[in-house]
Amino acid sequence: MQVSNIVQLGLKELRGLSRDPALLVLIVYAFTLSIYTSSRAQPETLNRAALAIVDEDNSPVSTRIITAFNPPYFSIPRLVSQADVMERLDAGLDIFALNIPPNFQRDLLAGRSPTIQLNVDATRMSQAFTGSGYIQSITTGEVTEFLSRYRSGAAPPIDLALRARFNPELNKSWFSSINNIISSVTMLSIILTGAALIREREHGTIEHLLVMPVTPFEIMASKIWSMGLVVLVASAVALILVVQGLLAVKIAGSIPLFLFGAALYLFAMTSLGVFLATVGGSMPQFGLLMMLILMPLQMLSGATTPRESMPEIIQNIMLAAPNTHFVILAQAILFRGAGLGVIWPQLAALIAIGAVLFSFSLWRFRRFVR
Amino acid sequence: MSELSQAAPVRPEPVVRLDAVSLSYGSTRALDSIMLDIPSACVVGLIGPDGVGKSSLLSLVAGAREIQAGQVHVLGDDMADAAHRRRTCPRIAYMPQGLGKNLYPTLSVFENVDFFGRLFGQDRHEREQRIAVLLRDTGLSPFVDRPAGKLSGGMKQKLGLCCALIHDPDLLILDEPTTGVDPLSRRQFWQLIENIRESRPRMSVIVATAYMEEAARFAWLVAMDDGRVLATGTPSGLLRRTDTDNLDAAFIKLLPEERRRGHKEVLIPPRGTGLDEEIAIEANHLTVKFGDFTAVDDVSFRISRGEIFGFLGSNGCGKTTTMKVLTGLLPASAGEARLFGHEVDPRDMNVRARVGYMSQAFSLYSELTVRQNLELHARLFRLPADTIAGRVQEMVTRFDLAAAIDALPDALPLGVRQRLSLAVAMIHAPDILILDEPTSGVDPIARDRLWQILSDLSRKDGVTIFVSTHFMNEAERCDRISLMHAGKVLISDTPERIAAERGNGNLEQAFVAYLQDAIDRAATATAAAPSAQATVPEVPPPAVEERRSSGRLLGAFNPRRMFAYTQREALELQRDPIRATLAIVGSLILMFVMGYGINTDVENLAFAVLDHDETTISRDYALQISGSRFFTEHAPITSYDDLDRRMRSGELSLALELPPGFGRDVARGSNTQIGAWIDGSNPSRAETVRGYAQAMHTTWLAQRARELSGTGATTAAFRVEVRFLYNPDVKSIVAMAPAVIPILLLMIPAILAALSVVREKELGSIINFYVTPVTRLEFLLGKQIPYVALAMLNFFLLTAFAVFVFRVPFTGSFPAFTAGACLYVIISTAMGLLISSFLNSQIAAIFATALLTMIPATQYSGLVDSVSSLQGVGAIVGRIYPTAHFITITRGTFSKGLGFEDLTAPLLALIVTVPVLLGLGTLLLRKQAN
Repeated sequence: MQVSNIVQLGLKELRGLSRDPALLVLIVYAFTLSIYTSSRAQPETLNRAALAIVDEDNSPVSTRIITAFNPPYFSIPRLVSQADVMERLDAGLDIFALNIPPNFQRDLLAGRSPTIQLNVDATRMSQAFTGSGYIQSITTGEVTEFLSRYRSGAAPPIDLALRARFNPELNKSWFSSINNIISSVTMLSIILTGAALIREREHGTIEHLLVMPVTPFEIMASKIWSMGLVVLVASAVALILVVQGLLAVKIAGSIPLFLFGAALYLFAMTSLGVFLATVGGSMPQFGLLMMLILMPLQMLSGATTPRESMPEIIQNIMLAAPNTHFVILAQAILFRGAGLGVIWPQLAALIAIGAVLFSFSLWRFRRFVR
Repeated sequence: MSELSQAAPVRPEPVVRLDAVSLSYGSTRALDSIMLDIPSACVVGLIGPDGVGKSSLLSLVAGAREIQAGQVHVLGDDMADAAHRRRTCPRIAYMPQGLGKNLYPTLSVFENVDFFGRLFGQDRHEREQRIAVLLRDTGLSPFVDRPAGKLSGGMKQKLGLCCALIHDPDLLILDEPTTGVDPLSRRQFWQLIENIRESRPRMSVIVATAYMEEAARFAWLVAMDDGRVLATGTPSGLLRRTDTDNLDAAFIKLLPEERRRGHKEVLIPPRGTGLDEEIAIEANHLTVKFGDFTAVDDVSFRISRGEIFGFLGSNGCGKTTTMKVLTGLLPASAGEARLFGHEVDPRDMNVRARVGYMSQAFSLYSELTVRQNLELHARLFRLPADTIAGRVQEMVTRFDLAAAIDALPDALPLGVRQRLSLAVAMIHAPDILILDEPTSGVDPIARDRLWQILSDLSRKDGVTIFVSTHFMNEAERCDRISLMHAGKVLISDTPERIAAERGNGNLEQAFVAYLQDAIDRAATATAAAPSAQATVPEVPPPAVEERRSSGRLLGAFNPRRMFAYTQREALELQRDPIRATLAIVGSLILMFVMGYGINTDVENLAFAVLDHDETTISRDYALQISGSRFFTEHAPITSYDDLDRRMRSGELSLALELPPGFGRDVARGSNTQIGAWIDGSNPSRAETVRGYAQAMHTTWLAQRARELSGTGATTAAFRVEVRFLYNPDVKSIVAMAPAVIPILLLMIPAILAALSVVREKELGSIINFYVTPVTRLEFLLGKQIPYVALAMLNFFLLTAFAVFVFRVPFTGSFPAFTAGACLYVIISTAMGLLISSFLNSQIAAIFATALLTMIPATQYSGLVDSVSSLQGVGAIVGRIYPTAHFITITRGTFSKGLGFEDLTAPLLALIVTVPVLLGLGTLLLRKQAN
């Protein structure tokens, strides 16, 4: 193995990339504009949720309930007739419909325990859940306060002091900006290395390399370091300029530690890119394969939905994927300020997975070029 | 020699008239105000070195390239005008440079010609008749079912000719049709042209060629250099004017003085005999098999040090394979190859350092400049760092690359690129040079120069040169040559002896004679089997000849042309089963993964308690939480440090701190406070955790209150009854599976459609779109249809998967759902086509499509967050992005029991999107290269 060959071939890759303006624009887009816009677009879980109210009581208490719903969590409730409720829910115009029955206040004061009905469009999973909880607690609060003027009720003596750590305001754009960096890193690391290899083969230059004193190991290593470096630099820039700068996300932990983790992750993912290129003979096949691998990796990595909610078998299978560990590591460092002492198992896992992927890809690559 | 020049060249009406035509690529001027009238009804040759603008000129004449300056009149029509072009194009046939560049390698011979017939709107009967005639005349009939990619170079060119002639053009434009084709095939090719001209004497033919002996047979010649016309006239006229006896010499004389300087006849001094008979290259009974195809069959030869050894043979005869074995690129199936007495071992880096190899296709890095290419290879061959600059300089001087030193290879003429390739192969001063057709497509001066270099290397430096070529005058310069055919060496000897033996002193004739013998032998061997030629049905004389097929082509939209692309695309898809399988199986896998993966059911959240109290009451509180299905209790927290560490590592979603004296305070009813920390790093999950914790706290309090005051004492003042509609169990899968279908139906069809166009651009077959009457809309729609069909198949599979595997109940109108899906996949493929209209590389297309579909579809289309709740750019995207509308349709029909009348708004939105996307794609797609 010659280090200088690896360096030279890697420099060649970088030069090649610098001459592909379309690809450069896309890289810049993926790490800046794309992260920025999608983070800015992220609503709070409950943001201006569309709520309709059927007020059949028209009493002080029902008015009280209606006026209690305000932005940002809810849009100003739309007062509708009972007849329109289902139609609006069907059309997806409302997510919630609250029905205050006739004589609600009278029954309430008489202690007859009346019932308010809340209809929820449960196909909107995340909002359905949180929203119905909010609506219940807001309604209860208003009704209790109303009642307390009539009855002397004891406030509950035991208080639950709930605080969110690491992101006290539960600002969703923090979370999504980091997730977007992770997904851009994942996508680019596979595309750049895999496509670089396929392009060499389609243009016949790989053959040319192989008649020179250059080994497959050197060719592969050169692609890995050069493309990995591009993605690493891009993600550092995105993290510092876009996430910390433009989006003003507070990063709790050490950026160098994160970048170190990212480098290990890139080692694994670029190896995967090489592997996919050896499997997919042509660019269209590679593109499809990439999608097939990329999407499940992204979806099941725990970046979008928490790992613990997945079936156990998927959780276990995903332990073999580098994404899972990188997501854990990135979130721990960037959000929770975790240090080496906390995330070393993930680093170890990335090294192990990277080594396996690299060896396997090298084996495939050797057969691919023969 | 004069059969092609029989027609009188001077006619009043020129077939092509160029008036002050100029063309530049960036800062490079390819054509410099050309004024030229090309006579009709004869064969006109365009001669001149590479990169002087021959191909540019032909592509302008064919209408494949946009005219930048000047006027081009072809067959009396102005080619700058799109309407005129549409009328003229069907009368022109264009065969671009490069072997089989405009053919489709996976399609069979018949299917290729058939495709072109359809592009010209011919009906089935007419096509079949014409194809039968053409294939019979070109001798391709026995190979109708062979994929074009598996044909030899000569056969590819014949097939290209069939494709060009399917519509009886009045003007046939051939760009270097015989470059890289062996002499026998070349001879057959020109015979073919001659036959066609006999039956259609009014057809004009314009040919660019690098072979001067071919040019000598044309009626009229245009000699070009440096973007300008040097001279025009009949071959004999040119010879008279320059006072020379062959066109090579005549051309060199026509060049301006500074270009001629330094050129002299190549004279290779004879090798000193007996000095050095060390064997440099040796092949012993070498055999290479690919499957059951024998590419190299028992080949043996020895080449001594310093010898120039030539390899001749038709394309696909095994020359390249033999060379690859010698370089270690391919293993031999049997026999052995030796270099300097050592068996070729691909792992032996030292042997590689002694060999220089130049492959047939230009395979240097087009993204590196000339200097960077040289330096990179110098470093890879481990030249000492301090000698690299000197060595590169030496190569630059020797191969005359100084003028191009900082240029990118793509911008250089072929001749210069070949010199660069040779320089790169020589950079490490190897003892052996293996050159695979180094002079294919290179003009006479550049070729002579290259041979002068080879001569010096061999005679002065003792380098052994193993070279393959199609040029007879080059073969004559070799010390010894081998003729190869069908994997076998026919004869090996000095060129003089071979020429004397079979060709009356003419090497080409000898070569053709040997080839003919070999072909005859093969034919006798298989004579027992029924001749393939005989199976061709007897074709009636071409009655269709005079029917003008182009008359029917003037319509703006011709379904037959559209379906030509549809059928071809479908065939290619069928021949590449991996692509189709990946698309279908892949989306099912993704559906499965995403259906389970995007899960908003929050269960088994990890929590742990820091219990300062440790009483029954405090334990009861924790037990109440761990008893729910939402939370799973982890080991108790021991200290604040422990709490901090475990929360930082992400282990705990919720940590509770029960204060000292908690049990006592609860019992007494005095105020106390429980501390709860939620991991806020994933905000939506944190919200859920918060809601659950709050709810359970309230429940526990109520329960305590009831226990204290006896049951029933405190009934709630009122109740809120929550009804979860459409998905009563609030199951993620019911919500997710229908929403995943739109995402999968977007991404995969879009990528496939985008690649189908960009791939043609990258591989060159897009030229057929440029020069045939097919319109932009026909092209796009034609390409789209197979992918729409594939996506619809995908749609049915995905829906079945959702209903039968995920058990998501389908409650609404299936026809409405299908109609929505059909519109939607038309849109997703149209998006792919739109993206492809402005991108030129496959990788950029994949990347851009992934970026432009994945993010909007998963984030802005209501998959998790409803569109109404989005902000900023996302909200705007969400409102117009088709996925958002289709998600409304899928959720509506799957879960809400809706039908057509309820879904008119999203369906209308999709209907409106279709023409917008297709219109944009049509507008942005270019019908000419620029």
